[in-house]
Amino acid sequence: MAGLVLTGIGKSFGPVEVLRGIDLDVADGEFVVFVGPSGCGKSTLLRVIAGLEEVTSGTIRIDGQDVTTERAAERGLAMVFQSYALYPHMSVYRNIAFALENMRLPREEIEARVRRAATMLRLTEYLDRKPGALSGGQRQRVAIGRAVVRDPKIFLFDEPLSNLDAELRVATRKELASLHAEIGGTMIYVTHDQVEAMTLANRIVVLNKGRIEQVGTPLELYNRPANLFVAGFIGSPRMNFIRGQVGAGGKLVTPDGKVSLPLPPGTVATGEVTLGIRPEHVAPCSAAEADARIAVELVEQLGSESYLYGTLADGTALTLRSPLEDPARRGEDVPVRFDPARLHLFDAAGLAIRP
Amino acid sequence: MNRIAMSRAASLLRQTRRPGRLGWTDILSYAYLALGVVLMFGPVLWLVLSSLKTPAALLEFPPSFLPLTQKTISVPGHTQPLELHRVRLPDGSVKELAQIRRIGIQATMIDPANPAAPAIRVPIEAREPVREVAFAWSNYTEPLKQFAFGRYFANSLFVTLVATIITLLINSMAAYALAIYEFRGKNAALLMVIGTLMIPITIVLVPVFLVVTELGLNNSLWAVILPGAATPTGVFLLRQYMLTLPRDLIEAARMDKASEWQIYSRIVMPLTLPALAVLAIFSIMWRWNEFLWPLAVLTKSEVYTLQIGLNAFQGELQTQWHYLLAMTVMTLAPVALVFVFLQRFITTGIANTGMK
Repeated sequence: MAGLVLTGIGKSFGPVEVLRGIDLDVADGEFVVFVGPSGCGKSTLLRVIAGLEEVTSGTIRIDGQDVTTERAAERGLAMVFQSYALYPHMSVYRNIAFALENMRLPREEIEARVRRAATMLRLTEYLDRKPGALSGGQRQRVAIGRAVVRDPKIFLFDEPLSNLDAELRVATRKELASLHAEIGGTMIYVTHDQVEAMTLANRIVVLNKGRIEQVGTPLELYNRPANLFVAGFIGSPRMNFIRGQVGAGGKLVTPDGKVSLPLPPGTVATGEVTLGIRPEHVAPCSAAEADARIAVELVEQLGSESYLYGTLADGTALTLRSPLEDPARRGEDVPVRFDPARLHLFDAAGLAIRP
Repeated sequence: MNRIAMSRAASLLRQTRRPGRLGWTDILSYAYLALGVVLMFGPVLWLVLSSLKTPAALLEFPPSFLPLTQKTISVPGHTQPLELHRVRLPDGSVKELAQIRRIGIQATMIDPANPAAPAIRVPIEAREPVREVAFAWSNYTEPLKQFAFGRYFANSLFVTLVATIITLLINSMAAYALAIYEFRGKNAALLMVIGTLMIPITIVLVPVFLVVTELGLNNSLWAVILPGAATPTGVFLLRQYMLTLPRDLIEAARMDKASEWQIYSRIVMPLTLPALAVLAIFSIMWRWNEFLWPLAVLTKSEVYTLQIGLNAFQGELQTQWHYLLAMTVMTLAPVALVFVFLQRFITTGIANTGMK
C-alpha cells in the first residue's frame, strides 16, 4: 500500500497530446476514480501510472520514490483489465499464481495465498477450470484475484465492470466497495460510468481532453461543480443549463427576452452567464410562485418518480424530476419553481461563480 | 466403433441435396468430386502399383495398371516351369497350352493336362500369354538389403526433426520481436524478411555453398540443417498469428512481473500453438522432400538423405525404375502418415492463421 504523486504528467502520441499537465496526489488507502467521456485520456493516465506507457513529461512517485522510468514489472502495481486478460491456456489457479511464481515465492506460500484469495472471491471450486469455462462475473473475480494475491502497492482498474450485464455490474460494484473496505489498499479506478464513480470513490478525478477538470469527493462534485463541464458530467439526467444576460434587477434574461430567472442568492455577476439547475431541484408549483413555465414534450414514468422533458418559452430544453407518479401530460404548460439554494451560476468562460 | 464409422461413411457417400432424391446437381457434384479423387489419388495409386511391377512389366507397352506377370506352370518331364499361353488352334478352338520353346515365329507347345501327347507347333501370332496379378515384393526387399535405406532414413529423420525444431525456435523468436515489440525499423526488418522470399535458392546456392565450405560443414548433416533454419514464410506466418493475440495479455503478464523471456515462453508460445503446428508440418514436408541443397553439400553416401539416396538408382545410362519406384513409396509414406494424422491441425491451423 502506498501513496501516489503525479507531477506535470504529459503524454503525446506523435503530434496528438493525450495528457497535459496532470498534477494529482493520491493518499495511501484512498479509492480514487478517474471519470470522463471517452477519449479524455483517463485510460492513458492509468496506463502511464502502471508503466505500460512512457510519459512524455512529468514525474511519477510511488511511496515517495521516483518510478517515472521504471518498467511496469518493477513498480509493484497490479492491474485489472477491461478485457480481464486472463491467460486462456492456464487454469484459474495458475492464472492467480502466475505473478507469485514470477516473484519466486516458495510453493507453499503461493498455494496459501492463492487459496486465501480464492476463498475471499468465492472461486475455490473453480480453481481447476480454464477461463473459457467461466461466466463473465467469475472471470471478473479471477482478474481481481490475480491482483489481490500479489498484495500490490496500488490496485489499478481499467473499466473492469463494462463487460458485465447491468445486474452483475451492481453486484460487483458492491463487492469492490467491500473489498476496498476489507483490504484497504490504494485503488485507482477508471470508468466512464458516473454512477460507479459516485458510489465507489473517496475522491473523483474528472478528466476532459487530457486535463483534470476537478478533483473532489463525490458530493463536492455534485454540489459544487467547478465548471460547466463537471456540472454537466456529474448527475443523471444531466443539469439544465439556461444561457442569458444578467439584466436589470439582478435577473437572468434569455437572449430573446422571453424568460427571466432568479440568480443564486448572493452572487454578483454581469454580462453573459449560464444558469445551472439539476432536474431534481426543479419542481412543479402553483402559478403564483412559479419562476418559469415549461411546455411538456415527454413524460417518463419510472414508478418511484417521473421525469418531465420540456422547453422554456425561449426554446431552452429543461428536464425536471417529480416524485409524483403522474405529474403532467404531454403538451401541458406547467408552472415550475427553481430551488434557489441549488442554483449554479457560470461565467462566460464556463467557471463557477460562487457567492 | 468401426461399424459406426463405416455406416457414417456410407451415409456420407449417399448424401443428396434433397433427401432421397438424386437431382442433376447431385450427379454433377459427385462427378466433379470423383474427378478430383482420380486426379489426386490416380498418380499415387499408379506409383504404388508400379512399384510392385517387375522390370519387364514396367517397360511394357501399352502399360498395364495392375502389376501383371506371365503365368507359368510345371509340367512333368520339364525341369523349368513353362509359360502358359492361350492358343487359337487351326480348328478354331482355343486352348491353354504350355510353351516348351520358341524359335523365330514358331512356338512349340504342349498340353499341360496331357503331357504325354505330342507337342504342337503354333505360329506366335496365334498365342496370347496368360497373365496373372503378382506383386514383385523383391522390389522392396532387395534394395532394403543392398541399398542403405536404414541409414538414409535415419539421416533424413535427423535432418527433418532437428531442422524443424530449430526452425520453430528461431522463427517464433523473430516473429515475437516483430509482432510484440515497437522499435525503430521494425517494418523495414519485416520487409527484408519477406523480401527474401523473392530470392530463389538456385541464386544463393553458390554463395551459401562457399560459406558452408568455409565453415568446414561439407558432408555434415548440419550443412543441410542450418542454412535453411530461418524461413521467411515461417516468420511471417507466426507473426501474423501473434498479432491476433490480445495486447492486454502481454501487458497483464508484464504487470505480473513476468520477464520478456517468460512472456515468450509461457504466454505467447502456448497461445501460438495452432500456428506452430502448421509451420511444423510445412517444415517437415520441406525438409523431408529437400533435394537440391543436400545434393550440393552431401557427397559421401554415409550422409545421404533419402532423396539423395534415391538419386543413386538413376544412373547415367540406366535407371533401375523398379527399385526407384519402390523406394519412392517408402520415402513418401512417412510424410503421408504425418498428413493423415495431423490433417485436422493443418486445416484448422491454416484457417486460423489466414494462410492459404
